[in-house]
Amino acid sequence: MNRNRAFGRRLARVASAALAAALLVTACGSGDSGDSGSEKITLTLNLFGNFGYKELYAKYEAEHPNIKIEERTAAYNDHHRNLATHLATNSGAADIEGVDTGFIAQFKDKPNQFVDLNKLGGDKLKDRWLSWKWQASLGKGGEQIGYGTDVGGLAICYRRDLFQQAGLPVERDAVAAAWPTWEKYLELGKQFQSKAPAGTSFYDGGGQLFNAIIGQAPTGYYDTSDKIIVSSNPEVKKAWNLVAQSIKDGLSAKLIGSSQEWNTGFAKSQFATIACPAWMMTKIKDQSKEFAGKWDVALVPGGGGNWGGSYLTVPKQGKHTKQAAELAAWLTAPEQQAHVFTKQGNLPSTPALYDQPEIAGFKSDFFNNAPVGQVFTAAAKKLTPQYQGPRAGDIQTTIRDALVRVEQGKQTPDESWTQMVADVERLAK
Amino acid sequence: MTALHAAPTTAKRDEPEPPDRRSFRWARIDGKLSPYAYISPFFVIFGIFGLFPLMYTAYVSLTDWDLLDGENHTWVGFGNYSELLGDPYFWNALGNTLSIWFFSTVPQLLAALWIAHLLNHRLRARTALRVGVLLPNVTSIVAVTIVFTQLFGRDFGMVNWVIGLVGLDPIDWQADTWSSHLAISVIVAWRWTGYNALIFLASMQAIPNDLYEAATLDGARQSQQFWKITVPMLRPTIIFTTIISTIGGLQIMAEPLLFAGSQTPTGGSDRQFQTVALFMYEQGFREFRFGYASAVAWTLCLVIVIFAIVNYLLTRRISNDED
Repeated sequence: MNRNRAFGRRLARVASAALAAALLVTACGSGDSGDSGSEKITLTLNLFGNFGYKELYAKYEAEHPNIKIEERTAAYNDHHRNLATHLATNSGAADIEGVDTGFIAQFKDKPNQFVDLNKLGGDKLKDRWLSWKWQASLGKGGEQIGYGTDVGGLAICYRRDLFQQAGLPVERDAVAAAWPTWEKYLELGKQFQSKAPAGTSFYDGGGQLFNAIIGQAPTGYYDTSDKIIVSSNPEVKKAWNLVAQSIKDGLSAKLIGSSQEWNTGFAKSQFATIACPAWMMTKIKDQSKEFAGKWDVALVPGGGGNWGGSYLTVPKQGKHTKQAAELAAWLTAPEQQAHVFTKQGNLPSTPALYDQPEIAGFKSDFFNNAPVGQVFTAAAKKLTPQYQGPRAGDIQTTIRDALVRVEQGKQTPDESWTQMVADVERLAK
Repeated sequence: MTALHAAPTTAKRDEPEPPDRRSFRWARIDGKLSPYAYISPFFVIFGIFGLFPLMYTAYVSLTDWDLLDGENHTWVGFGNYSELLGDPYFWNALGNTLSIWFFSTVPQLLAALWIAHLLNHRLRARTALRVGVLLPNVTSIVAVTIVFTQLFGRDFGMVNWVIGLVGLDPIDWQADTWSSHLAISVIVAWRWTGYNALIFLASMQAIPNDLYEAATLDGARQSQQFWKITVPMLRPTIIFTTIISTIGGLQIMAEPLLFAGSQTPTGGSDRQFQTVALFMYEQGFREFRFGYASAVAWTLCLVIVIFAIVNYLLTRRISNDED
């Protein structure tokens, strides 16, 4: 009993101290908000993965003493699902929300949920970005819902040591010359597979390869009137057949992108090549540290390409939309994008940087001193933009699952194709 | 203060004075009403967080409601329900749910009964063992599922390694219906067996010892005592655990969601381990069909009620044999 009472008294003391502290803090806060010009505000950012902004926040906070920045990160799928829920319930979204290319079409379909950045001076900044990057986040009525951060570009990352063991060319120019097209790429794959070290396949997984191939086509899953054309677009079928055949030839390591097994696959040398946007370099570095210098980067078959890249949007429900839009514009300005590229490897979406020596001349020693700056900017410049409809990201996942069924031997390519087409039609409902 | 002044004047205690009668009446009202006041917090909170969402979901399930476009919804009556009954993916999910529920619940309860029986004996470090069986239940479901997913990995999983030692071919656990259901059932059973064992143990200890002594005198064997005394005496507890694990088992979602390497709510490449709760999640938060997802939620609720009743009727028969 006695001990309990003593504990209760101690608890009361702690509680009252905490209360006093809280009062003190709020007192300070309200004192500050007294003069409106330097009102202390906190801007929140919800992002997925690493955008490489940490140092930039400190810089921005130093320049704007009244602004404090908080970043929260979540996993890729969780992040976008949370954002959708927060928009639907009109509460809970951060001041700035990151959106990936795979989801931007879905969100730009509901432009009224976001601040139209054009109205806050965005239209004057337009020329910063690659034109296709700017277009991709425009709403139907011309509203700009997000400022572009990075673009993916596209190349092929490959393991020099594994290529050598299989008797293939090793130097990046020779490798790129050996695969001007995807057909040639897969032919080289068969050659590789016949002499490959045990446990190594030519590429990581069918879904990822399909993604890279279809990304180069002039039209993908949608026509410009937002009609889904997966079943009728010959480009889709062509890419499907290529990938399905290569699975049959045993070139796929049958790993799903970004899964745990896929991460392990890097460390266990389960695949020799991987479709490689600029942001993939970070993942490779993280997952296969022991193979530094053994990776290299070659031009992608078929010329240009893009996979991924993100946007910073400002949901309308935020309290400080004006300040948030200013911060988003600052974070995506060329100087900051250049900083992120050299720190993190994310490729800028602002073409003015592409010719600057710190980008164009950038080489990565992890990738055997490959001129990655030059490789990725070339791909981004060459890209013919493809129209993305609202459900493009989910169609992508549906096709990936369909290819996984083939990889798992559950269905023949034709059976899987039929089911995939029906599933995609379901998405359109 | 007034009471102090009044005290000397009302010297005779036997005669109740008007103010006393008033307080007496108040006491009667108090006695009648305050129990309701004491239990009302539960009902108020249940009303806000239980009943209201339930009713609201029922309303939403009768509309065509795009989650992303909150203001835009139209009344469709039972349209969502009739679509649901004709939706092969719903029936697929229901089949998967029942299969996973069966393969996790039945072995789990039998194992729990057996473990409780063992823990009921005089053992060394008994308390430590009893606390130990509860440990799986207090670990994070996400952590558990991720660890088990690695154990059941296709290329480098430990289960396949053991299988390889025996000389069998490795199994792609996620690819097939049976293998994925088995793996998920193992995860569920691992988490809940100890919990149920403790509940069984608690009511085993309430069984009077003289029953066993009498049985021993009559020459009944251990196993006879277990089936003739322990199990019938546990009847209410068995009913309870069966119904609770049915309710939990039919709502399984986190395990299949995290078991999929892709972390998408389709439950595998061919929806081979998509449960109803996961299907509901997919419809609500990937397709953003709020109305349809609500219809799934209500249908799942009905299924659970039906199963709980059937379970109750079945398990009640345990001791009817004795009566």
